[in-house]
Amino acid sequence: MVTPNTEYVIEGGQYATPLGWDWAPMDEYNRSYRGSVTLWKFDRDKGRIDESRSFALELPPYWQDLFDAGKLASEGFIFGNSFNTELATGGVESGAPPFEAGASARDNDYLHVIDLKKAEALFQAGRFERVKGFPVITLQTLIDEGVLYFIPEPKSPHGVDISPNGQYIVVSGKLDPHVTVYDIDKIKQAIADKNWSPDQFGVPVLDFDACMEAQIEVGLGPLHTQFDDKGYAYTSLFLEPAVARWTLGGEYGPLSAEPDWTLVGKVSVHYNVGHIAAAEGDTVSPDGKYLVSMNKWSIDRFFPTGPLLPQNFQLVDIDNVGDSLKLLYDMPIGIGEPHYAQIIKADKLQPWIVYPQVGWSPETQSVVPGAPKAGDERIVRNGNTVEIFMTLVRSHFTPEHVEIRQGDHVIWHLTNIERAQDATHGFAVPAYNINLSLEPGETQTIEFDADTDGAFTFYCSEFCSALHLEMMGYLMVEPSS
Amino acid sequence: MASLSSAILGPRVPADELARHRVRYALPTLALTIARVLLLISIFLPYWRMTLEAPQYPNDLHVAAYVNRLVGDVQEIDGLNHYIGMRPLNEAAQLERSLSVYMIVALVLLVEGAGYLHTRWAALLTAPVILFPPFFLLDLYYWLSTFGQNLDPNAPLSNAIDPFTPPVLGVGEIGQFRTVAEPGPGLILASIASVVTIIALVLHRRAYKPLFDRMRAAGTA
Repeated sequence: MVTPNTEYVIEGGQYATPLGWDWAPMDEYNRSYRGSVTLWKFDRDKGRIDESRSFALELPPYWQDLFDAGKLASEGFIFGNSFNTELATGGVESGAPPFEAGASARDNDYLHVIDLKKAEALFQAGRFERVKGFPVITLQTLIDEGVLYFIPEPKSPHGVDISPNGQYIVVSGKLDPHVTVYDIDKIKQAIADKNWSPDQFGVPVLDFDACMEAQIEVGLGPLHTQFDDKGYAYTSLFLEPAVARWTLGGEYGPLSAEPDWTLVGKVSVHYNVGHIAAAEGDTVSPDGKYLVSMNKWSIDRFFPTGPLLPQNFQLVDIDNVGDSLKLLYDMPIGIGEPHYAQIIKADKLQPWIVYPQVGWSPETQSVVPGAPKAGDERIVRNGNTVEIFMTLVRSHFTPEHVEIRQGDHVIWHLTNIERAQDATHGFAVPAYNINLSLEPGETQTIEFDADTDGAFTFYCSEFCSALHLEMMGYLMVEPSS
Repeated sequence: MASLSSAILGPRVPADELARHRVRYALPTLALTIARVLLLISIFLPYWRMTLEAPQYPNDLHVAAYVNRLVGDVQEIDGLNHYIGMRPLNEAAQLERSLSVYMIVALVLLVEGAGYLHTRWAALLTAPVILFPPFFLLDLYYWLSTFGQNLDPNAPLSNAIDPFTPPVLGVGEIGQFRTVAEPGPGLILASIASVVTIIALVLHRRAYKPLFDRMRAAGTA
């Protein structure tokens, strides 16, 4: 997840390990293993993560799962779930409880509340240690400086999602049929009142009742929550499987006819829903109207395709109030359910039609110095190194003959010099297991050792034009004598 | 010598005559000035435009010819043209494009000069401006037919597309493309300049012919 203006990308550590992947025996789990959350600084101008301004926080080995960033009322905080406050270490093969049981034993895990503004200030003040060169603010510093707080939450939750106004933090129980809603003002008050007791690592655990706003029984296996513009929230129910609609309270109360914090209706989905996406449904101004249920299983929804089945996206009409959710359409999709997929208005998309200049690298988002240009194609030999500067345009490579010797080290630069939208070319050298795809304007470089002699073909592997099949050439690797 | 120059330059307008018929003598000068200005502006505007329409180009392909350069989807059109063996567009009319701006400035100077001639010689100096727009279209036709009729016989689609001459103005069809050629604002301005120049000559004749006749009558008397 990202902070409201994508200042940071928040990455929970998921499973605890010794920090920096050091070795430590499992029986030192409590002492040597640690959880973490990493704040990747995002440089909006470059469209790239800036590792030099990124840092991590050391956390107890509780297995930190999903995070969400506060916004508006809760801006400056981030919130994350944990699911192994039991500190289970598994070992089913030795008769110990497997992780699935050991990590689910207690009734509660801890919602992590992190003051990101304070953490950022500590990082900028140099209050961190380096683990394998990467800055990590220690757990003790987080405790001493009042950066990290816990709040009990129903056991082993998955999603934590913030209401559009930032007021409410919604935790989905997964193993508990409730969603639990916390109020940021109550959390801030509990912190001010020091209404806490420490856990075994010394982290203040805020009083549950002091922070909780509501618990709503929505159904079996609640995972993720989205919002609309009519005062409703939507939670995916993995086990039923269904999507539940329930009412928010507070400033959202008057928007819906039903009482605050109550289940309003459900729609069955097919099957095993994970994430859901309502139109702009986790922004400060949700759009309503539609929701997509991203289902991990499709079973009988499409023609049988053998043991490997597509996943299933289902479009749900959420435009009418009350118990009126309506399934509209199924769409098979060949890849895993995308996490935190977004539905945004199409007019927000203003991508490049082609790369801004010929010779562009998508990796650096800049022109590659010395990228092959039209009219400047060539093959340069320097000892055993052969450098090839090649251009691609409908429907030919230049050059079409590349003659080298067995044992040469080959550095092959390719530029797709097309300026037409969608005029993508491929470059395949099957003999050397090479296959590239180059969008209009893109430059790529490949390197390999020509250890196999022979007369090989290379060819375009993206159907580009009527003369696509003719877009080929020969790589002649002369045997070394 | 004096008689030759006066035969070309024509009569000067006596001051009292000028005072009495100021508008009569100002009109041809004004019209020629308008023609000069229009012609100068036209340098900065496209003279000719062609749009190529095909399903896989939802925004169409466009090329615009200024008197000295081609702009638009030239690279893409050249890329398509190479399949039928047509030479790159920028190889056409290179001489014309390199000289055009100087030529137009020269035309403007000729018109300027015509304003000082109060004889029928003024028509000679303005003739190039009057004939410029049709000359432009004729030259364009020459290049379109030269390019369209001389396709490389070794091109990939040489046996599918016969040599052709794209219409200079109007709608044509080639392969999956519908082509629409139309005059640009530059050519329209040049054409208006041409018409305005003709009008200027009529006004010129109306103003100076009586004077010239009187001068000749006086000279032979």
